Amino acid sequence: MSAPSNQNAKQPKTFAFTPANLAEAKKIMAKYPAGREASAVIPLLDLAQRQHANWLPIAAMDVVADMLRMPRVKVYEVASFYTMFNRAPVGKHLLQVCTTTPCWLCGSGALMKVCKDKLGLEGNDTTKDGMFSLMEVECLGACVNAPMVQVNDDYYEDLTAETFSRLLDDLAAGKKIKIGSQTGRQGSAKMGHKR
Amino acid sequence: MPKLKINETEIEVAPGTSILQACEQIGIEIPRFCYHDRLSVPANCRMCLVEVEKTPKPVASCAMPCADNMVVKTNSPMVHKARKGVMEMLLINHPLDCPICDQGGECDLQDQAMGYGFDRGRYTEAKRAVKDKELGPLIKTIMTRCIHCTRCVRFAEEIGGAPELGAFGRSENMEIGTYIEKCVTSELSGNLVDVCPVGALTNKPYAYKARPWELTKTETIDVFDAVGCNIRADARGQEVMRVLPRLHEEVNEEWINDKTRHAYDGLKRQRLDRPYVRNAQGKLVPATWPEAFAAIARQVQGMAASSIAAMAGDLCAVEEVFALKMLMQGLGSPHMDCRQDGVQYDVSTRAAYLFNSGIAGIEQADAILLVGTNPRVEATLINARIRKRWLRGGLKVGLIGEAVDLSYPYQHLGNSPRFLEDVALGRSPFSTILKAAKNPMVILGAGALQRKDGIAIHFRARQLAENNNMIREGWNGFNVLQLAAGRTGALDVGFVPGQGGRGTNDIFSGIQTDHVKLVYLLGVDEIDAKKFGRAFVVYQGHHGDRGAERADVILPGAAYTEKNAWYMNTEGRVQAARRVVFPPGQAREDWKIIRALSESLGHTLPFDTQAQLRKKIIEAHPHFAKIDEKLTAPWVAFGRDGVIDPIPFALPIQNFYQTDVISRASITMAKCVEAFLMPAREAAE
Repeated sequence: MSAPSNQNAKQPKTFAFTPANLAEAKKIMAKYPAGREASAVIPLLDLAQRQHANWLPIAAMDVVADMLRMPRVKVYEVASFYTMFNRAPVGKHLLQVCTTTPCWLCGSGALMKVCKDKLGLEGNDTTKDGMFSLMEVECLGACVNAPMVQVNDDYYEDLTAETFSRLLDDLAAGKKIKIGSQTGRQGSAKMGHKR
Repeated sequence: MPKLKINETEIEVAPGTSILQACEQIGIEIPRFCYHDRLSVPANCRMCLVEVEKTPKPVASCAMPCADNMVVKTNSPMVHKARKGVMEMLLINHPLDCPICDQGGECDLQDQAMGYGFDRGRYTEAKRAVKDKELGPLIKTIMTRCIHCTRCVRFAEEIGGAPELGAFGRSENMEIGTYIEKCVTSELSGNLVDVCPVGALTNKPYAYKARPWELTKTETIDVFDAVGCNIRADARGQEVMRVLPRLHEEVNEEWINDKTRHAYDGLKRQRLDRPYVRNAQGKLVPATWPEAFAAIARQVQGMAASSIAAMAGDLCAVEEVFALKMLMQGLGSPHMDCRQDGVQYDVSTRAAYLFNSGIAGIEQADAILLVGTNPRVEATLINARIRKRWLRGGLKVGLIGEAVDLSYPYQHLGNSPRFLEDVALGRSPFSTILKAAKNPMVILGAGALQRKDGIAIHFRARQLAENNNMIREGWNGFNVLQLAAGRTGALDVGFVPGQGGRGTNDIFSGIQTDHVKLVYLLGVDEIDAKKFGRAFVVYQGHHGDRGAERADVILPGAAYTEKNAWYMNTEGRVQAARRVVFPPGQAREDWKIIRALSESLGHTLPFDTQAQLRKKIIEAHPHFAKIDEKLTAPWVAFGRDGVIDPIPFALPIQNFYQTDVISRASITMAKCVEAFLMPAREAAE
């Protein structure tokens, strides 16, 4: 699954790294030998995305391309290949619901239904208030604690319709939420295991 | 040298040779889509699979180097099964629209599906559809047909030097395009259509015009620049339908530029198809050939031979120029010039005006100094050759002149003849590079020579060449880049002022002082009509352009696709162009016109057939007998010094797409100007 289409995104005309991020970018670029700056393309795009409300406008890709002396089209190729780069605006909380077999068997369907009923989100879309974006994704590698949802950088595991619904409320309210398993499971230990 | 066995044939190949190349050496054809012998090897289409003994899986032969004792099978059941699988996979999303596809009949996918396709599809799910991309006025896209071989992406990046195409998204969603709305801004973009193995990229002006099997294919020579690209012109009836490149390793490899490929529609417009004579009211009226000749004869009779002058234009073939020279000599006039741009540098010896290193010679060069030239528009294929050499590494390029995008990096030394003197005298940092180079080259463009001080610049460039180890046994690094296809040949047959004769500029001043009363223009169109003053102008040519507009008598000639003719390219290679279609209406081949006119003027030229004329040319200039050979010219002293004006060099071609009468009459070229040049100009303003 790819990120929401960029076709109709309103693109800002310009993009510039903040001084702090520019310094960080220079640091990343310095990790690679001279003439191989292009190796820094993914970390730089990530930096740009984090600075720019979690999505990458074309202007930002151009800035990265020019910094790394790459043809711009090569940066567009990289950005469009990796699903973690969003090339259109996304909500404050990007919900990546895993629907691959283990999560699906353990009830990811119910989580998708919560998204539909509670947020009105079906398929790749963003709520009107810009709070949530939904993205149906393939396996994120947390099958032991299925079903799971990734919200921005964090994993929330062992979800049910109720816990997921509460999670969404808490996110909307800006509350701090425990990351990881929502059932109190330690890491990915066996269910019910107590130290 | 690895030794291996392919289908029972033992073969020894150079190290690094791929299995596919080894197979080609012994005449085994391997099907392929992504592999192209002039591009990098991505090995992503998987069509070239072969069986290699002791490997569990079929191997992509394009990317697998040959190793010692390999046993390769290219026609085993396993190979056939594997290729069938790949073909089925490729056809899953390929539409079955061959009947309406322009690639039909010359499609790699169609051909190979005959060999490896199933007779019916097993795929019942929905096929994917991809939005077409807008790539400008030359390339039509039907992206659903794309099989993602990425040849176009690699061509644009590697050979075109315009990395503007890419593959976006992944797997099922992968699409070829530019991502942002943008035309491909390369003068070589038409070749993308040729490298595309399917009908995804097709020739836009030719869309739905003809099928390959209805076309008569004629191998001929291009005249839009002095490179002399080898082309194949396809005609249906009396109409040129398209122009394609033809392989010539030493000239254009297998590419041509967009003007060569697409300006042919100018051959159908603005044509002169009957003679015209200007009447007493000053209007051009249609006439018969005898009337036109009589009008000229009336003027010539009683006129002193020294009042007659002749000029030859940029698209003229060797035959007509030589015939006109003979006629002028018969009349007794030494006033003739083939340099309508008025350049005056010394052309007394061949080495002074040839591209001496040769186009293929660029690949041996390790330092190139460009002077007053933008080879990208003046000789696109020479620029592509320099880029090819640069890609291999170890080439240093310096430029004296206007800074332009050449598609490879260069050291800009400045834009003034002063810097040329600096290099010649060893005062420039680039002199060190030239001194250290094994095969240094200097390329002198028209921008450096089309000046009042062109003679002195030409001389300094010779000094520069001699001082920098460019002239020695086996290497000549002194190069003049001609702009016109007809120029080198005309200089070779000596269509320059004879003893006491007037050159281009003197002809014009002679007109002003009434010393020149009749000017014969053989395809001369790049001159302001005012310069002809009150002179009687005879224009022989194929398009109603500037020359014909001013003319008092028009003799309709043949364009390059309408005559058998010799052209000499900038490196001094004689190439034979062949007639594709007949000249329109009453137009005739140019040498015939001159021969017929000579009879009316009472100085009948001593030949009746083209063969006899060619024999005369060879008698006078024996090297014309050596068709398609790059002949080296002996190095003798030439040129003379003079005062150099410090004004910067100006580039002669501002508009690549419209440089001559044919491209000015072409609608496609006008569209190119709109799509490629206008946006750039607007951006600059």
